[in-house]
Amino acid sequence: VYQVFESVAKKYDVMNDSMTLGIHRVWKDILIHKMNPSPGTLLLDVAGGTGDIAFRFMNYVRSVRQRQLQRKLKHLQDLSWQEIFESYQKDKFNSLGDSQVIVCDINREMLKVGKQKAQHLGYSEGLSWVLGNAEELPFDDDKFDVYTIAFGIRNVTRIDLALQEAYRVLKPGGRFLCLEFSHVSNPVLSRLYDLYSFQVIPVLGEVIAGDWKSYQYLVESIRQFPPQEELKAMIEDAGFFKVDYENLNFGIVAIHSGFKL
Amino acid sequence: AEEEEEVEEDEGWHRLYPGHIPTSPLQKALLAAGSAVMALWDPYRHDMVAVLGETTGCLALPNLRDKMKHHPEGYRILQERPRIRLSTLDMSRLRGLPDGSLGREYVRFLEDNKVSPDTRMPPKFVDDEELAYVIQRYREVHDLMHTLLGMPTNMLGEVVVKWFEAVQTGLPMCVLGAAFGPVRLSTRKLQVLATELVPWAIRSGLNASCVLNVYYEQRWEQPVESLREEIGIFPPP
Repeated sequence: VYQVFESVAKKYDVMNDSMTLGIHRVWKDILIHKMNPSPGTLLLDVAGGTGDIAFRFMNYVRSVRQRQLQRKLKHLQDLSWQEIFESYQKDKFNSLGDSQVIVCDINREMLKVGKQKAQHLGYSEGLSWVLGNAEELPFDDDKFDVYTIAFGIRNVTRIDLALQEAYRVLKPGGRFLCLEFSHVSNPVLSRLYDLYSFQVIPVLGEVIAGDWKSYQYLVESIRQFPPQEELKAMIEDAGFFKVDYENLNFGIVAIHSGFKL
Repeated sequence: AEEEEEVEEDEGWHRLYPGHIPTSPLQKALLAAGSAVMALWDPYRHDMVAVLGETTGCLALPNLRDKMKHHPEGYRILQERPRIRLSTLDMSRLRGLPDGSLGREYVRFLEDNKVSPDTRMPPKFVDDEELAYVIQRYREVHDLMHTLLGMPTNMLGEVVVKWFEAVQTGLPMCVLGAAFGPVRLSTRKLQVLATELVPWAIRSGLNASCVLNVYYEQRWEQPVESLREEIGIFPPP
């Protein structure tokens, strides 16, 4: 699996856009909206490679923070200029409201691409990049408010271990969110989806990335992955409560959510 | 590297040679279209030119194979399957051959243009093991074509060689390359191309016997001019 992502790292984003016709962006946006993070949230994004989730999180939190500041400023109408100036100064340097993301990935190449993207797009504060294995995270217990794993969990050999680790590093009250390809139950759509996956995606891999085999592997690994209910049971086994899932696009993708209580 | 993936069982196909990726007709069609677009868009994607050749060669390749089968030298090549690679070539011996000999001029060509025979893509999407060799042979002989035609590896030279190869092999990839290659040339070069080089390349291509039927590895000492005459390539302008 490691070598698949090594060769795939640089063209990852281009391939994602081509394979999903850009829809993966919508899926990731939906994930962040579902998360609805408030400023001050500490997020761990596992298998976050090129940073898609991290950047969206920061944008969301920043805009929430903006609105917070605007509301605050409205209440300062009756204060003196001095007081307004001071409070504005204090808040100005806290545009993220102390929110933080740690992007953790097992693959150095993916992290490298992510860091470059962050620099290029202008994300600097509140963002850390850590090399690590989802089955054995290099973090203390009870640390994070939210744990996300977007399109990463199907590449983990021991999903149960990854789930246990997720449980461990989350604070009590923390939320587990998983965005992953899942199963389409509708038979018509399922046939079309299979046709597209097996016929078109490896071709796209060859034409865009010069790599048929990695994308053949990707398509096959999606089929091997546990369906919605099974994954839900696995998440419950790890100790999470209120586990639920939401199908996107008829089950092509699903968001599973659980809480550590 | 990751071991070769298992082929989907429901296709019922198996790999015919190392590196073979069996593909359905739909996949071939998509690959042909995709590689054509990509090759035009990014001329440095030589792998795309190779893929285009493989996916569109289903008529031309058997044709070439038959031409080889019915020719004594070509038949021997099909039997012995020689490969042109740095590891199989004795570069110092070739360099030591007299000027004007095939071996000497070939090495000169490689060095002047800073190319190596080892950069040719192995075939992936050809569904016949013998035809896979034929296309491999065609690729490896390409540099020798440059030598025989006296054309360098710049855009102009490549287009001229493509015209020659298109006439010789009938491979759609060569035809497309010959037709679309000139798109990126300046008008001055286009003029030279149209008035002198292409007509010469076409005439030579039509006049010459099949270039894949020449066992080049056994002819290093032969002077280039004599080989040109034997095959039927007219002297370059």
